[in-house]
Amino acid sequence: MKILREIISPLVAVLLAFVVGAIIILLIKDNPFETYSILLANSFGSVKDIGWTLFLATPLIFTGLAVAVAFRCGLFNIGAEGQLYVASFATAWVGIKFGGTVVDIFGKQEDWSWMSLPAILLVPLCILTAAVAGGIWGAIPGILRAKFGSSEVINTIMLNFTGIALVSYFTQYHYKVPGDPILQTAPIGKAAYIPQLKEYFSFIPDDVPLNFAFLIAILMCVLVYIFLWKTKWGYELRAVGQNASAAEYGGISPRKQIIIAMTLSGALAGLVAINEVLGSRHNYYDGFSAELGFLGIAVALLGRNHPLGIVVAALFFAVLQRGEIFVDAFTRYVSKDIATVLQAIAILFVACLQKYSKK
Amino acid sequence: MSELLTLSLIFSAIRLATPLIFAALGGMFSERSGIINIALEGLMLAGAFTAAVATYELNNSYLGLLCGMAAGGALALVYAVAVIQFEANQVVAGTAINFLMLGLPQLISGAVYDSSGSTPQIAKEFLLPEFYNRLSIASILAFLLIPLCWYVLYKTPFGLRLRAVGENPAAADAAGINVIKLRYVAVILSGVLAAAGGAYLSIGQSSLFTRGMTAGRGFIALAALILAKWKPVPVLFACLFFGLTEALTIQIQGVFKLPSGEEIPVQFIQIIPYVLTIIVLAGFIGLSRAPKALGIPYSKEK
Repeated sequence: MKILREIISPLVAVLLAFVVGAIIILLIKDNPFETYSILLANSFGSVKDIGWTLFLATPLIFTGLAVAVAFRCGLFNIGAEGQLYVASFATAWVGIKFGGTVVDIFGKQEDWSWMSLPAILLVPLCILTAAVAGGIWGAIPGILRAKFGSSEVINTIMLNFTGIALVSYFTQYHYKVPGDPILQTAPIGKAAYIPQLKEYFSFIPDDVPLNFAFLIAILMCVLVYIFLWKTKWGYELRAVGQNASAAEYGGISPRKQIIIAMTLSGALAGLVAINEVLGSRHNYYDGFSAELGFLGIAVALLGRNHPLGIVVAALFFAVLQRGEIFVDAFTRYVSKDIATVLQAIAILFVACLQKYSKK
Repeated sequence: MSELLTLSLIFSAIRLATPLIFAALGGMFSERSGIINIALEGLMLAGAFTAAVATYELNNSYLGLLCGMAAGGALALVYAVAVIQFEANQVVAGTAINFLMLGLPQLISGAVYDSSGSTPQIAKEFLLPEFYNRLSIASILAFLLIPLCWYVLYKTPFGLRLRAVGENPAAADAAGINVIKLRYVAVILSGVLAAAGGAYLSIGQSSLFTRGMTAGRGFIALAALILAKWKPVPVLFACLFFGLTEALTIQIQGVFKLPSGEEIPVQFIQIIPYVLTIIVLAGFIGLSRAPKALGIPYSKEK
């Protein structure tokens, strides 16, 4: 019964979003049924579709978990976007500096690295960097909230812009290969690559970038679940989120928990770098995220801030992201933006239904 | 340094501050009534898109501006229903509104004009007029709004009630003020004003609407509002300051050379408003205190 109550409001919200979306589609003189079938039918039909859907779901699981951990402590991390950017750049930097990257500058070879670590050392180092860099960017608003009481909502928004501008500076002036028209860093060393699943399973087509980051994301779901519900630390963190003054009365320091929660949250958001930098793109690319951090808020909310719910919600959003390309190509009037609109309306409805699901 | 502070830089700062002033004043009404307004960005986009479409269709920028403001008010009403009626979390609902406006304008323009990237170009003679090719009528309106908003906030019964509701809604309720109605009015007003700022972007500074054209200005306006401690006259100075930093980043094109020969890249000037806001919020430069009831839904039985 409890589970039913937990899933009913996200389901109703999604359903209502599709109803409102259908009205909008009718208003722009197109066919909602046709649009929705194109939007939803291209995600699980083949190995290629499934691979892409899982690949797109991976970063959303990380950012969804990030937002959820902060939320369980009563905090809003609107800053996953900035955290994952800072972490992705830092990861690429380590991948270049310790990965033996040699760049070709107008025909001249230049060694940009300090050393060439073997994969067995470099990959863990890169993953650690992603978590630490994201964690630091998340800890700043946590510390500011704990020490000065300043709003983590405003500070994370400000740190998004700050972080994105800073890494754009480092990319543009220091780590871009001269002559490259795209704002991206030099490629990371091959030893920093994490394997794509198609290398192990021949039935996965070549153009599917699904990689081990997906398995790490699932592992993080399990770890976050154990941490939050099976350990003393997680209990303390949730206690602060439920009632900070009661927790303090019970001997738990809310300030400490706020810093812990924001650091963990930032670290989880930072893990997006595994999928993007180590697993698929193999460099840092300015502007790659396209709102992954903000979608994390939606994923966490729709998933009721529970790891299992987050996986389901991330898959749902990945389906929409996968389907939007086909909508663009195969409908008369509807553009791929319908996916964004549906997501936004779903978030709005979930937020509105929160009041009723609590009782 | 002195040669940088030319007349053209000052006019450029005023141009760039104009949308911020509208949006920050809008945010002020909402937040002074106790409703957080993260949605300023989305409300500006609603104004920018609707004004561009209406001006293109009607060949009249004033009607375009009014349509844009109406759209902002309508979208703000959606937000108000969510956060006041349904007591939705204000940060979440605001994020949803911003998100919606990253998709809905493109969806509509894709269907109507067969181009989801931007709306059609508006001929120059139908844009908001500029005096001496420098000072937009929107900038003049923005400057006039400052004393007007000051008067409304501090000298009218509406302003007094608004401030009371934002500080202590229960007491205001006991004194016979309709808290819910007042908050609706404040949020809708904030949408109308933010949308006017957005409209100036599409039918004043440029001549069409492009995807996400506010580029974070709604959040800068929010930062200006916090820096100004939720007060109308300081809002003007905060927005002018932010306008000046943006004007500098445009003028220097890449790097800023200090007299000593050192170079400061543009990104370091871009982050000034954000870093300053963080510092001010932490209380290092005077305390910036938000209205007491900010973010807390109000229902009678509590």
